[in-house]
Amino acid sequence: MPTTHGHDAAVAEAEPDAVSGKPEKTVETARADAILPRMQPILSITNLSKTYASGFEALKGIDLEIRRGEIFALLGPNGAGKTTLISIVCGLVRPSAGTVRVDGHDIIADYRAARSIIGLVPQELTTDSFETVWATVSFSRGLFGKPANPAYVEKVLKDLSLWDKRDAKIMTLSGGMKRRVLIAKALAHEPRLLFLDEPTAGVDVELRRDMWNVVRTLRDTGVTVILTTHYIEEAEEMADRIGVINRGELVLVEEKDELMRKLGRKELTLHLQVPLEALPPGLDGYALELSEDGTELTYVYDTQGERTGITTLLQDLSGAGVRFRDLQTRQSSLEEIFVSLVRNAR
Amino acid sequence: MNLHAVSAIYCFEMARAGRTLLQSIVSPVISTSLYFVVFGAAIGPRMAEIDGVSYGAFLVPGLIMLTLLTHSISNASFGIYFPRFVGTIYEVLSAPVSPMEIVVSYVGAAATKSIILGLIILATAALFVPLRVEHPFWMLAFLVLTAVTFSLLGFVIGIWADNFEKLQLVPLLVVTPLTFLGGSFYSIDMLPPFWRAVSLFNPVVYLVSGFRWSFYGISDVNITVSVAMTLAFLVLCLAVVSWIFRTGYRLKT
Repeated sequence: MPTTHGHDAAVAEAEPDAVSGKPEKTVETARADAILPRMQPILSITNLSKTYASGFEALKGIDLEIRRGEIFALLGPNGAGKTTLISIVCGLVRPSAGTVRVDGHDIIADYRAARSIIGLVPQELTTDSFETVWATVSFSRGLFGKPANPAYVEKVLKDLSLWDKRDAKIMTLSGGMKRRVLIAKALAHEPRLLFLDEPTAGVDVELRRDMWNVVRTLRDTGVTVILTTHYIEEAEEMADRIGVINRGELVLVEEKDELMRKLGRKELTLHLQVPLEALPPGLDGYALELSEDGTELTYVYDTQGERTGITTLLQDLSGAGVRFRDLQTRQSSLEEIFVSLVRNAR
Repeated sequence: MNLHAVSAIYCFEMARAGRTLLQSIVSPVISTSLYFVVFGAAIGPRMAEIDGVSYGAFLVPGLIMLTLLTHSISNASFGIYFPRFVGTIYEVLSAPVSPMEIVVSYVGAAATKSIILGLIILATAALFVPLRVEHPFWMLAFLVLTAVTFSLLGFVIGIWADNFEKLQLVPLLVVTPLTFLGGSFYSIDMLPPFWRAVSLFNPVVYLVSGFRWSFYGISDVNITVSVAMTLAFLVLCLAVVSWIFRTGYRLKT
């Protein structure tokens, strides 16, 4: 199977300067190196493609950069390629083409450095049922090359409200607690980039809000979070940026607020004093919808447009003798934007 | 080398054996003791000595080898198959761990458990029959080589198997018959010439013969050939494991 660079994953790690014999760094280059990591994206994906043995093209030339310290939500319908993308970055699936760099480290040539930065919370609740919470989190820390640090493990467990369950076997925990254990395992080695693949799937509303707080706290400590989710509300609530993937292609990447501003439509709803049987003839030029009971008029307008048309609409309504007792505006949700984007991509 | 990772996987696997102590240690010791009772005490006295060794004592290397082979395979195959089955293998595959480190830790733990078991059975056997070990170094060498080689085979089976039935298939249908027909309970010199020649295609013959030589200085085949065949099988298993990681067979898509 072709790999990103045409060489095997077992290629040795990058050697230190002393070994490679590179010239000693000057003060200027050392300063530039110190600045570079802050400017460099934590994750850089270039022209990434994946075609499975069955011929299914899961990813088609994905280009994506993730900034340090942000929460990035990757949205997409089932089978869009979200999990394949995450799996490639984490080393679980081999790319067919393209390059992936984590904090500047190639995921194949320099896989040790790249993977040691990443934490992964998988979609499925895959845990060692017979292990205790403490043992499995400590195991994860060792697996990622970190020496034992009971104080840090204790902190992680306390942050995730798992401390009381530290000696409990995982099989005795509820689904929500198991999800927390998976997050604790992913955080055990102090990663700087955390993937959360459907982190709140099957989790009740209260716990979901707890999880959101956990994710925000992580971001505040400098961890970059990439999450995939089916809950648009989740992305809307937490993400700094949104990426929409559909049929293996990245349809868009945009700041969440900007996305909602650009693509968001607003609705003006007028609650009428007297129900109408039909729209007055003079209002035909407006995109108005009259509710079935004739008590509400809805006007949809573009927030990006130079003129929304609201002023003239209200004047014309007044001229036509239509009186209203209340009005409200509503911005379309991210869910509506997402559905619209995916529908347009078909 | 990621020594923390190797240590984490190794200790995890050893701890699993600790949790299933009855199944891991006590059960094979009891079944081996039963072999001694039936073949050694009940049937043994009616059997003639083989090359000057009583039948009970003659059985010991074969019985240890029988346990060593089956448990090396089952320990290693279960050790890698179970994480695949429940899905926790994702963590190992996404960790900064090289294929060699994965093999060393899983196979090392499986081989360690088998070697401990072999030594316990040896101690148990000493309670039933008079034992002597003429070549202790070679005894330990065969013990370690066989445990490592068959743990590698078990690792391969654990990767290949996609259900529990397949996991049991090779040990039950291939390894156990080969071990029983590999001279564990008899010398292949006792067989008619045709079947003796057929037996020489059985790799277990070389393991049992070499191991028995380390105890009593008697063997069915030349000791050099035994060592060479054991090493050849080890290299073959290493080559298959290397291919698995190179291609990602059943591990990565």
